[in-house]
Amino acid sequence: MEEFLHMGGYARYVWPSYGLALLVLGWNIWSALRLGRAARAGAERRLAAGATEGRDHGDR
Amino acid sequence: MSAVTTGLGRAAWLVFERDLRLAFRRWDQVSHPVVFFVMVVTLFPLALGPEPSLLRNMAAGVVWVAALLSSLLALESLYRADFEDGTLEQLTLSGQPLAWLLLAKTLAHWFLSGIPLVVAAPVLAASLAAPSTVVGVLMTSLALGTGVLSFLGSVGAALTLGTRRGGVLMSLLVLPLAMPVLIFGARATEQAMHGEPAAGPLWLLAAMLILAITLAPWASSAAVRISLD
Amino acid sequence: MGTWTWFHKLASPPHFYRIAGRLIPWFAVPAALLIAGGLYGGLVRAPPDYQQGEAFRIIYVHAPSAWLSLVCYTTMAVAAAVGLIWRIKLAHALAAATAPIGASFALLCLATGSLWGRPMWGTWWEWDARLTSQLILFFLYLGYMALRSAYDDLGRADRASAVLAIVGIVNVPIIHFSVDWWNSLHQGSTVIRKGGPAMPPSMLVPLLMCFAGFTLLYAALACIRVRAEVLERERNATWLRELPPA
Repeated sequence: MEEFLHMGGYARYVWPSYGLALLVLGWNIWSALRLGRAARAGAERRLAAGATEGRDHGDR
Repeated sequence: MSAVTTGLGRAAWLVFERDLRLAFRRWDQVSHPVVFFVMVVTLFPLALGPEPSLLRNMAAGVVWVAALLSSLLALESLYRADFEDGTLEQLTLSGQPLAWLLLAKTLAHWFLSGIPLVVAAPVLAASLAAPSTVVGVLMTSLALGTGVLSFLGSVGAALTLGTRRGGVLMSLLVLPLAMPVLIFGARATEQAMHGEPAAGPLWLLAAMLILAITLAPWASSAAVRISLD
Repeated sequence: MGTWTWFHKLASPPHFYRIAGRLIPWFAVPAALLIAGGLYGGLVRAPPDYQQGEAFRIIYVHAPSAWLSLVCYTTMAVAAAVGLIWRIKLAHALAAATAPIGASFALLCLATGSLWGRPMWGTWWEWDARLTSQLILFFLYLGYMALRSAYDDLGRADRASAVLAIVGIVNVPIIHFSVDWWNSLHQGSTVIRKGGPAMPPSMLVPLLMCFAGFTLLYAALACIRVRAEVLERERNATWLRELPPA
């Protein structure tokens, strides 16, 4: 285990790389979910307030 | 000017001529970018010291970066005034293909912004202790390179017309796209500086110019239409 | 005819919303498994490189992020072109949703490249051809996002940024070529070599798993983000009333 964490002397470079990778992956997942939830909540709020006028989804 | 009686070539010529005439009437539009070009080049000896060997090593890069910045600055004048006084809208309504008219407009801009830089370049190269043998290649590379920059920049200028902060945003869009021009242009000059043949990068610049002339007007016309919406 | 109707159906927001929602787990679960497996294989199972020792393990996050940032730019440009030509708002939504993902992976690629370069080159930044191209790609993303945020009107932002994305994708090969050419003249030291077929399977398989995992993760993220965009863009449409409960 000690040896694994040591990474043959390259621990200073390998672990920060993986840390940054997890950070970027995590940020992507978090921000996407947050956007999705916010949009969903906004849509539901507008629906509850009866703000949607009848407009058909004729356009794409 | 009606769409039926005016031919394509005639319409383009009219636009081209008009832009040149306007520029000669408002001379500062043409002279400001050159003055800027000269001033930026002057900064380098002041910042780095007057050592001729050092300046000679940097000369190609310095002149090219200054030319790139100055042609970005000049792009502001390409569409802005015509956008504000409605000329651009008239051009889109003229019944002529807009890309064709914008091609003429950008060609005029190339002459107005590129030729002064080409003319000023030998003096600046001499001030940076560059050998006189480099002048031909430097002027050729600048003539071709400012063409590519004008056409690439015409797309960036058209895209940012409709936004509030045009200038800096346009630089953000155009600079990454313009990096190949800088690489080939500076490299051609550098090779001439070392007495090597510089034809390779010059041909590459010429190829990029042809590509830019054929493709950029279409993108510009799409962008102008979006900005006028 | 069949494909065309299918395409039209998919391009209609309610259908897309439903289908994308159903697809998310099918992308996300394999992505998670592949990334976890790939990183485990890369960190633990793969033998150290005979030249670079353990430092080569950075490849398992560096190379897939380089790949994904390019995939994202291509997707963005193709989606933007589809949106511009056929006036499909959903395609614009996809382009808009892709940009921040691609930019984040371009940045990750630069950061891990720098961390890898430090022990190999002895400097944090070397003007290596691949890293320089990646840096310019990152700048292209920044320009795209800056242009998008400069417009208040969504429709104009969509179309203006689409033109920029198309001009950008035409330029990407030119930039790549010019940077390679520039670098070869300066005799750059390319230590970061991509593993060719010479890589033993114990090194290669985790790498391929990471490539696949990152790509599937992008698909899942794009589904989530485009669904959010659709809800925002279709704020007045009637079909929202029939939204299934979350």
